[in-house]
Amino acid sequence: MDWNLIFENTLKGFIGINAVYFAIAALGLNVQFGYTGLLNFGQAGFMACGAYGLGMTAHYFDISFWWGIPIGIVFSVLLGLLMGIPTLRLRADYLAIVTIASAEIIRLVVRSVKFKTYFGGSDGINGFSDSFRSLGNDFGIEEADEYGFWPFKFTGRELWTLIIGWLLVALFGFVVYKLMRSPWGRVLKAIREDEDAVKSLGKNVYSYKMQSLILGGVIGTVSGMIFALDRGSVQPDNYSRDLTFYILTALVLGGVAKVSGSIVGSMMFWGLFTFMDNFLRQVAKDPVSIGNFTIMKSTQVGQLNFILIGITLILLMVFRPQGVFGNRKEMAFDGH
Amino acid sequence: MDTERTYGEVATRARESFKGVERIPGARKQDPILTADNVRREFGGIIAVDVEHFEVQKGSITALIGPNGAGKTTFFNLLTGFDQPNSGQWNFNGKSMNGVASHRTAALGMVRTFQLTKSLTKLSVIENMRLGATDQKGEKWWNGLFAAVWKGQEAEITERADELLARFKMDHMRDEYAGSLSGGQRKLLEMARALMTNPTLVMLDEPMAGVNPALKQSLNQHIRGLRDDGMTVLFVEHDMDMVHDVSDWVIVMAEGRIIAEGTPDDIAKNSAVIDAYLGARQGQSLLEGE
Repeated sequence: MDWNLIFENTLKGFIGINAVYFAIAALGLNVQFGYTGLLNFGQAGFMACGAYGLGMTAHYFDISFWWGIPIGIVFSVLLGLLMGIPTLRLRADYLAIVTIASAEIIRLVVRSVKFKTYFGGSDGINGFSDSFRSLGNDFGIEEADEYGFWPFKFTGRELWTLIIGWLLVALFGFVVYKLMRSPWGRVLKAIREDEDAVKSLGKNVYSYKMQSLILGGVIGTVSGMIFALDRGSVQPDNYSRDLTFYILTALVLGGVAKVSGSIVGSMMFWGLFTFMDNFLRQVAKDPVSIGNFTIMKSTQVGQLNFILIGITLILLMVFRPQGVFGNRKEMAFDGH
Repeated sequence: MDTERTYGEVATRARESFKGVERIPGARKQDPILTADNVRREFGGIIAVDVEHFEVQKGSITALIGPNGAGKTTFFNLLTGFDQPNSGQWNFNGKSMNGVASHRTAALGMVRTFQLTKSLTKLSVIENMRLGATDQKGEKWWNGLFAAVWKGQEAEITERADELLARFKMDHMRDEYAGSLSGGQRKLLEMARALMTNPTLVMLDEPMAGVNPALKQSLNQHIRGLRDDGMTVLFVEHDMDMVHDVSDWVIVMAEGRIIAEGTPDDIAKNSAVIDAYLGARQGQSLLEGE
């Protein structure tokens, strides 16, 4: 068993690009779900807006790649309005249904054969991140070079995305932290508790919910952009329901309504996932057999990994329902 | 009953303003702040509210009483925009309130509390109070990030909130979560928070429900205090002692309609009201054969 390899990969899982785009998306989801109480099950849809915003700019609109950033943001604002206008006046459950459906509709439309010329069908769009890469080279981080020391070894390509990614995490973490400590954030938290009370105090609840949905969505969009830039491609099936729910898992793991919770929750999610995956692979490499029964086969690693992650989460919910950073005192007042 | 009551100047003036008012349902007042005409709300086939005419005298404490299911809370919801009537119109301060959204009524100076207290349990008491202030610059998202824009206003709001908390004797709970307050304290908090909007009309839905007798006395004081500060109070209540104690005028509802109006003493003697509460003519409609 190669513990060095397991250790190295686990560390990379903690701070790697997966943790980065999860953390940004979880911050957005936290604004909606954690602070405002909006059940957005379509964060993947917002992420797809960002990714396709970038991809389509290069591939279809044929203008500078950097235009993709505002275009992606416009896409997600439109998506937020589209989801919010019919549902935000209704009970929370309706938003949940509409968001999960919208995200699926987006995925199915962009992967459809009919719109292949625009969205590239199920192959998605590739090779649009050159401007982003060359900017990294301009800053002196050569794509092909190796940087760092054991166990933190990255290629220039990875390092550049990671630097930009963590800067964005810091930026959005700061923005969300500041906003939630402002009177604006106070209104959102109050809406989470009781909409009617907030209405009776003269606040336009509908408008605040819309602002929250769109802000969270735009943050999610940026997450989708980083994800797409890292891969250098956009593929529709990356933006399916599982993505939303894994992000939600990371958020709950860290603790809702806490900025640190979104970030550390995402790191822990990927750290744990990478550790299990590597550990189980090492076990399977050198299988223990009893007669003709093999305890672990390499094909079973994936499934077992998810089972163990699931069990960990169940245990967490039982023994620490507020998540790692959540506030136990706040949780105690759930029953009013 | 009035043995130990002395009336202040404002209270006396408020009582005197009802001198010439007729003791009939829908009586015209000298200077109404809130009026309603033909307000009707049906739920399926049931007529929950059917009020022909309704006025609240400015600067007074008016009680709205009636047996369970009389439509008091529904009427409250209609007046404050939390529910829309099937027909009818109502004015506040001379301004038509038809179709005005619930959050706009508070901005116009008409604030309400709820029968089931809505303290925001996961916010601290002081944050609950701060939330009540209207026209906050920091409540615009584009200002949220720039504390310099709203810090000054926030300090003013906090000062006002602290004053109100002190007045309601809640200042020792300032930084506690509202969820850790008792039922009675939550009622106080909700009332104090409503005052943060600087209202001209305060509408209290059962302020005494679930409050212990000791706290009831101080709540009474607070309600009188609102009137003495120049506000108009309209409240729904079941506690008849309290109604008799604090109100200047009483409006009685039954089966969705106003069946009687008068001073607390008039109402105590009114046979229609006694019937409505005690059911003297069982099985008969309260609106027939008075």
